[in-house]
Amino acid sequence: MRTFTPVTVYGLRFTTPLAAFFVLFFLAPLLLLLFISLHNDTALTEFGFSQYTKFFTEGFALPILADTLWLGVQVTLLSLVLGYALAWAFVRSRPSVQTVLIMIIVMPLLTSVVVRTFAWIVILGRQGILNTVLMNWEWIETPARLLYTRSGLVVALANVQLPLMVLPLITALQRIEPNLEDASSILGASAWRTFFKVTLPLTLPGVVAGCLLTFAASITAFISQSLIGGGQMLFMPMYIYQQASTLQNWPYAAAISLVFLVAVMGCVSVFNILGRLSKGYATT
Amino acid sequence: MSTPAHGFSLTLDDILHQYGSAIAVDHVTLEIGAGELVSLLGPSGCGKTTLLRIIGGFLQQTSGRVIVGGRPIDDLPPNKRGVGIVFQNYALFPHMSVAENIAYGLAARGADRSAQKKQVGEMLELVQLSHLAERLPKQLSGGQQQRVALARALAVEPRLLLLDEPFAALDKSLRLDMQIEIKRIQRQSGTTCIMVTHDQEEALSMSDRVAVLSRGRLEQFGTPTAVYDRPETLFVNQFVGTANQLQGTLESTSAEACSVRLPGGRILQCAPPHEALPGGSDVIACVRPESLRIGSDADGIAATVELGLPLGATIVHEVLTDDGLRIKTSEPRLPGLEPRAPGSRITVSPLAASAIRVFPVPA
Repeated sequence: MRTFTPVTVYGLRFTTPLAAFFVLFFLAPLLLLLFISLHNDTALTEFGFSQYTKFFTEGFALPILADTLWLGVQVTLLSLVLGYALAWAFVRSRPSVQTVLIMIIVMPLLTSVVVRTFAWIVILGRQGILNTVLMNWEWIETPARLLYTRSGLVVALANVQLPLMVLPLITALQRIEPNLEDASSILGASAWRTFFKVTLPLTLPGVVAGCLLTFAASITAFISQSLIGGGQMLFMPMYIYQQASTLQNWPYAAAISLVFLVAVMGCVSVFNILGRLSKGYATT
Repeated sequence: MSTPAHGFSLTLDDILHQYGSAIAVDHVTLEIGAGELVSLLGPSGCGKTTLLRIIGGFLQQTSGRVIVGGRPIDDLPPNKRGVGIVFQNYALFPHMSVAENIAYGLAARGADRSAQKKQVGEMLELVQLSHLAERLPKQLSGGQQQRVALARALAVEPRLLLLDEPFAALDKSLRLDMQIEIKRIQRQSGTTCIMVTHDQEEALSMSDRVAVLSRGRLEQFGTPTAVYDRPETLFVNQFVGTANQLQGTLESTSAEACSVRLPGGRILQCAPPHEALPGGSDVIACVRPESLRIGSDADGIAATVELGLPLGATIVHEVLTDDGLRIKTSEPRLPGLEPRAPGSRITVSPLAASAIRVFPVPA
């Protein structure tokens, strides 16, 4: 008797190239990083945990980690508010307007990070667009310090990462049955009640996905952080770079990289748990 | 419901709605009494859904007024209209349980928790779903989802209830059960009910009155019997039920009857036309398949059977008359009665003159 292989079952062998790639270029370097971080001296002769003890006891590095994560939270929240409004407007626009909007939304992804960041320097600088406009309107007398400030950085990062927030939100909003909002309204709910009780809960998977991407992208945005922060603010990516490149302290750089990685993974799993909790809502 | 909520009357006063230059609803006027169940019946694109959205407040009509219980509601947004809607796909909130869905409108109106709980309990009992209160909508069958949608709409005791193609998504076997169920609940609650449908059987079986719409225009508004037996326009005769159309010329008209000459020279006695027509004008005589009998009467129209179809409760024949007309007949299936073989010679005769309606040939 002939036996048939079901057509929908594939052998794992198709994943071999990807797996090999993954092992070679991700897993191996990661293990190497771990190996390097477990040395007490820069010459890599003495095994030990002193790099990690240094990170957690010295009192200099921990605030940088906390501040980096906090920056991510700030950027994510700002992106969420702006991005939700933008996604909402997009979904409710006529198709011709949508074509224009999607171009504007995706544009940041199509331009180089350096260009985008320099654009913000042009906007926020002492003689920048924003200051010039504000002074011409005589709202302020002397140029305000916008560049090289925390809020300038948050705004610029939110702009740069906005597509990562907006695109999942658009998908989530488009998947909502339009009748649901009509049903809510005909049952007597105000527009705000409809939003908080129906629209927002049903887009939670999109919110979680968008936040995850924005958070991960903004805390690791080395170029934007350095250029707009102007070297006056120190975040984890720059700190790692300094240790590795400038000070040639590879074991310490490796150790803080791994700590950063674990911290980010902690944040990501919190998002993932939220995502799983909201998953039931997504399937209509 | 402990105290039956009495529905309100609904008046659509000369409603016109245009999308750009296209007219979706063309000066429709309807008076619907309190507690009535009225169907808006018509093919897709006839404006029935537009009308429903205007009553619900999702669309602002170009002109005309919507009056509920004697008060115009045109300026009110949907959430202030006190109208309940059962949507075609039910539009249950997928993230809320059955009980939460039903309580939604009560909560939006600020009812306190105990009042909500009591009303939800009563509604669940009304639709006989008390045992499923904690389920999510996706765990329910189509019929159960529909009953939840109905309970949710009725929980806030709406002044009128709109049903948008309520049975379109249900299996045929379940459809009749739900029709009876909705009719029972509607009677029990006394709510004025407007049902939008393209299914004539559904409209005829459930409604107190049927409004037939075509291309935005109201064709006829009357009881199911009137619409079926005494259609006022050719469209209604064609759309509600089926009709054989026989072209002819009007010979003479009296108060009780009229006679139409068919192309072969035969004179057919028909019901008098709804609108006065001059003698000699071209007309279409419509006769329903079930108003024709197949037999061997000498004065019937001589014809040959082309096809005989046993359709369950009825037997349908397609016959070709010697004058070259193709006619469908339908007769109840009696024990021992079988479809006639193709080629059999028979005669076809109408049951009564009053069953043949005459309309002018559309321009």
